Amino acid sequence: MNILETESDRLLTAVRALLTGKGILTQEEISERIAVTDKGSPAQGARMVARAWTDPAFRARMLADGAAAAEEMGIMMRGLPPLGVLENTAKVHHLVVCTLCSCYPRGVLGYPPFWFKSAAYRARAVRDPRGLVGEWGTVIPDNVKLRVVDSTADYRWMVLPMRPAGTKGWTAEQLAAIVREGDMIGVTVPHA
Amino acid sequence: MDKDVPRAMHDLGGAPKFMCEPVDVEPHALTDFDREVDAIRQILGMKKVMGVDELRRGIEAIPEADYHRLSYYQRWIRSITDNLLVRGVITEAELRAALAAEK
Amino acid sequence: MLAPGQKVRVKLDWPETRGPCHIRTPHYLRGELGMVVRHLGNRPLYHIAFDLAGVWHEGESGDEILVELYEHWLEPA
Repeated sequence: MNILETESDRLLTAVRALLTGKGILTQEEISERIAVTDKGSPAQGARMVARAWTDPAFRARMLADGAAAAEEMGIMMRGLPPLGVLENTAKVHHLVVCTLCSCYPRGVLGYPPFWFKSAAYRARAVRDPRGLVGEWGTVIPDNVKLRVVDSTADYRWMVLPMRPAGTKGWTAEQLAAIVREGDMIGVTVPHA
Repeated sequence: MDKDVPRAMHDLGGAPKFMCEPVDVEPHALTDFDREVDAIRQILGMKKVMGVDELRRGIEAIPEADYHRLSYYQRWIRSITDNLLVRGVITEAELRAALAAEK
Repeated sequence: MLAPGQKVRVKLDWPETRGPCHIRTPHYLRGELGMVVRHLGNRPLYHIAFDLAGVWHEGESGDEILVELYEHWLEPA
């Protein structure tokens, strides 16, 4: 039979019925997994970034082992792929992409956004990154190197953006509130 | 030039076809369908029925026209179904019967 | 084991033209010259840096592409 001819919604209904009927999974497990996954969001990554901006020792640990640093902040990373953290500096700006599929640091950022999964993003990121981030109005100065990180194998990557000017004395909560999803992928930079 | 060698259709880095395409930067909410497909994939992974590599292979096997026509999670449910069939977790007859039962 | 700073070339091979296969070395990198940045984890996997303008023969940006590649796809350059 040709699966491709069969409408996706009907495939899902059939697969769910077959898997539950065979005792491979239950409806409760599906509901629970949806609920747990829904809790994931960029706010988790933002808390890590805010802490890294205010706590140099945590920053060092985060750069050395992203998953361990996430666990320190109460983010469950067990069973997930290793997490690498890319440090933006005055000289280097990072942009994350997965040209082959859409690997995304879900453990710390939640579901990947629509644009990250799009063919346009996946094609353009490694060939015209400056034009691409321009879609978000982002301009990376000429004297800053743009380093595109293509998640081709086993790791998932997030960007540790630079702390913006005008945030001196801010609390971790105030700092976390200005860190957006796009800042941790590299299509935007945070602003006070 | 080497870049003219045909590429696998999921291997999109620098693909000329998409270099001039604008990016839709708007947020798109996930549907119940999306969430459930994602959850089922995770559970099948946790129970060692099917992992991420199998999911990727299944997606990469989708013919090019269908790959681009289908949404992200529509590609997932096709890969999941294909994997379950290939692995013998479900049979074609069972799948046909389950689909017929929905009518 | 490859050392940081070592120059490597990605194999000029196109297995996808010979039949369906599952590879994690993107098309755009085959035959390209890169530099080992670091070894990753406990597997034969490395972060390799490529000059973006050099890969595409477009522009003069100084930007870079950093990619996880398996050792069996790499040759010393």
